[in-house]
Amino acid sequence: MRKFIACLILGLAAALPASAKDQVTTFTLDNGMDVVVIEDHRAPVVVHMVWYRAGAADEPPGASGVAHYLEHLLFKGTENMESGEFSEVVARNGGSDNAFTSYDYTAYFQRVASDRLGLMMKMESDRMVNLRLTEQDIAAERDVILEERNQRVENSPGSLLREQKNAAQYLNHPYGTPIIGWRNEMRALDMEKALDFYKTFYAPNNAILIVAGDVMPDEVRALAEEHYGKLPANPDLPERARPQEPRQMAERRIALEDARVAQPYVTRSYLAPERDSGDQEKAAALDLLAEILGGGTTSLMAEKLQFETQRAVSTSAFYGGTSLDDTTFGLAVVPAPGVTLQQAEDAMDEVIATFMEEGVDSEQLARIKMQVRASEIYARDDVGRLANRYGRALTQGLTVEDVQAWPEVLDAVTEEDIMSAAQELFERNNSVTAWLTAPEVTQ
Amino acid sequence: MIRYVLAFVASFIALPALAEVDIEEITTPGGIDAWLVEDHTNPFVALELRFRGGASLDPEGQRGVTNLMVGLLEEGAGDMDSRAFARATEELAASFRYDLSDDTVSVSARFLTENRDEAVALLRASLIDPAFDQPSIDRVREQVNSVIRSNQTDPRRIAGRNLDELVYGNHPYGSSLNGTLDSVAELTRDDIVAAHKAALARDRLYVSAVGDITVEELTALLDELLLDLPAEGAPLPGQAELNLPGGVQVVEFDTPQSVANFAQPGIKRDDPDFFAAYVLNYILGGGSFESRLMQEVREKRGLTYGVYSYLADRDAAVIWMGSVASSNERVGEAIEVIRAEWAKISEDGVTAEELADAKTYLTGAYPLRFDGNAPIANIAVNMQMEELPTDYISNRNEMVNAVTLEDVNRVAKELLSPDKLTFVVVGKPEGVMSTIN
Repeated sequence: MRKFIACLILGLAAALPASAKDQVTTFTLDNGMDVVVIEDHRAPVVVHMVWYRAGAADEPPGASGVAHYLEHLLFKGTENMESGEFSEVVARNGGSDNAFTSYDYTAYFQRVASDRLGLMMKMESDRMVNLRLTEQDIAAERDVILEERNQRVENSPGSLLREQKNAAQYLNHPYGTPIIGWRNEMRALDMEKALDFYKTFYAPNNAILIVAGDVMPDEVRALAEEHYGKLPANPDLPERARPQEPRQMAERRIALEDARVAQPYVTRSYLAPERDSGDQEKAAALDLLAEILGGGTTSLMAEKLQFETQRAVSTSAFYGGTSLDDTTFGLAVVPAPGVTLQQAEDAMDEVIATFMEEGVDSEQLARIKMQVRASEIYARDDVGRLANRYGRALTQGLTVEDVQAWPEVLDAVTEEDIMSAAQELFERNNSVTAWLTAPEVTQ
Repeated sequence: MIRYVLAFVASFIALPALAEVDIEEITTPGGIDAWLVEDHTNPFVALELRFRGGASLDPEGQRGVTNLMVGLLEEGAGDMDSRAFARATEELAASFRYDLSDDTVSVSARFLTENRDEAVALLRASLIDPAFDQPSIDRVREQVNSVIRSNQTDPRRIAGRNLDELVYGNHPYGSSLNGTLDSVAELTRDDIVAAHKAALARDRLYVSAVGDITVEELTALLDELLLDLPAEGAPLPGQAELNLPGGVQVVEFDTPQSVANFAQPGIKRDDPDFFAAYVLNYILGGGSFESRLMQEVREKRGLTYGVYSYLADRDAAVIWMGSVASSNERVGEAIEVIRAEWAKISEDGVTAEELADAKTYLTGAYPLRFDGNAPIANIAVNMQMEELPTDYISNRNEMVNAVTLEDVNRVAKELLSPDKLTFVVVGKPEGVMSTIN
């Protein structure tokens, strides 16, 4: 079987005439705005995105949720457009639009016929600098984000647990504060807080334009210069230096009990290094480690806890390598009926211990790498996802070269790299173990 | 700016982007019909299979059996157990997804050109010769039980299930396709084998393929893949009778935000008024920020993060549905606003401007759907299930544009019935009383 795999891999390398990189062109406008163009001419469609290097982790203390709140408010009026008109014009042109906020970025996008690109840029560049809010916008939209918090967090014990776990994971860094905000602070968000954030961070030299689809780079450059190029850079843009994590010296344990929990589980996260520009090797090793331990049916946790024994209903491992600052590596086990959370947690630790002793199964690693290579072919079929990949990377401290090198960096990871990354990672003092439980029923 | 925009739009209205999708209809020597879109840009194929019937084929007393069967298709085949099958799939970097809905079993496959034959052999084994071994049955059963338990305390799921129960009663649509903890506990290997024969048969099969493959190659592939499936499956279930009494049913559940699902009678996909209703729904609650429900419930009043409505054309019923979530203190107001908008659009209709905007959106957005092998394969197989011809793609926008203001407003009057609009509210809604038992 091993020889079979080797042949396949060679065959695949030869069958890759054009990699995803050939689709990508990048340049920077005079005012410092970075531009990425991803070509795919199969359908007359374009995705137009503007990403700001500003997210929830850039908020001032006490104003949690303001990055996301501002994202909502950008759909209100500007000096040139009425409240709601932005989305109305997009829709009237057969397009759809939306936006999203994370710790390290806020992004706005439209999907539209490619001949409407200029109009999208005109409107997006307008709201980068000309936002005009009313007190009515402020009040109604604050109610909307509170309902969004209800829907995403308050109505879901699993989300509440995740929020508490992050807060315990980060002793000092703002990644411990939820993106949507703490409820008490969200209620106090106002015009001033929103506009302060806007004026500080929304400027072309803090933004990345990504255009993906049926467009030519020259045409994008001309339109971008016309619409974004005339906006002045913000000379006072603050440096992105968030409070960093101190040395963590004690493991944390939390338990959330909620009557709405029907399926208890245990999860643990460890503080972990992220991808850094020009230095992605350790993150690549952790990425593969997550696959090895919890990437589905053939992973080690599934093997030990779902197949060889039936102690878990499901298992998983996850690692978010793309992050500006220290990230986390997580594991979760949903126990089988009759298995306690303590037993589930012990079983999880047993898998880690076994892995540290026995090391990497080289056939498993070869299969994972085969999938990494193939994912580059599949990725070319979905420019929207490619656009997201670049946007996330460029707002989180990476360069276009880092993104393009990533598959090769993953491919170069050795078994020894993975073991030494695991050795450093599994330090209980850096971890939070969280239990989600239902109250015991008393007869 | 406003004037500029209008001028800009006007200059493009005459030229909506055209969806150019070249579909070849093929019939294999073995009698399998399929639609193919050849595109050799990227060296892989997206293949979609659909089997009509789905979870509604569950025999009496075996609710959940089709779901358990579909969950087991990836758990080993031929002489491979679960893990051997998964390893083989990973080695080829192929992906096979097996899904179930009330009306359909769907299989979505993606495989590289360079190892297509090996990938198809694996897929074939999973469809024709699944192992259904007892350890896998027991393991997947526990996973299903875990889903059933989780759904019991998820307000969205509770709302969906209670509305289905109220509307469809004893028809399969009236209960969860997962089954119950009790019904799933009773299922045997024989039941699962029978469910496999009942659901995966050639007399209810629809196929589409998009990507790096020729007509000849696909023809041979399909006969190899599918001819050993049984020719005939179980009879399809009859039409459901809808119970939509109007009013509100409150399901008490201790959570801060109430979820309200609502429904009234719908319209068939092949009804001459379908497009008028479709345009009407877009204006009423079709998911965009511009819809009346979004404007009134979210934008003006901040009562929710999201509210929407949609037309559901299911094999055994047609229904017009919607959903909103709002904190317990405010959900009563959200429901009132939705009712009022329902009545208002039914009585007064829509404006010419709303209709024009809706048409521009719907016709402009349509070609944007065809942007990748998998999305195109998906659309192509759904079109076959809806009995649409291949040239529907080029004619569809004309049908949208042919809808007149009179059509929409007549349909609004005839079809929208605030009296029949039935809500199920899950939570502790303040000031909302059950009017339905």
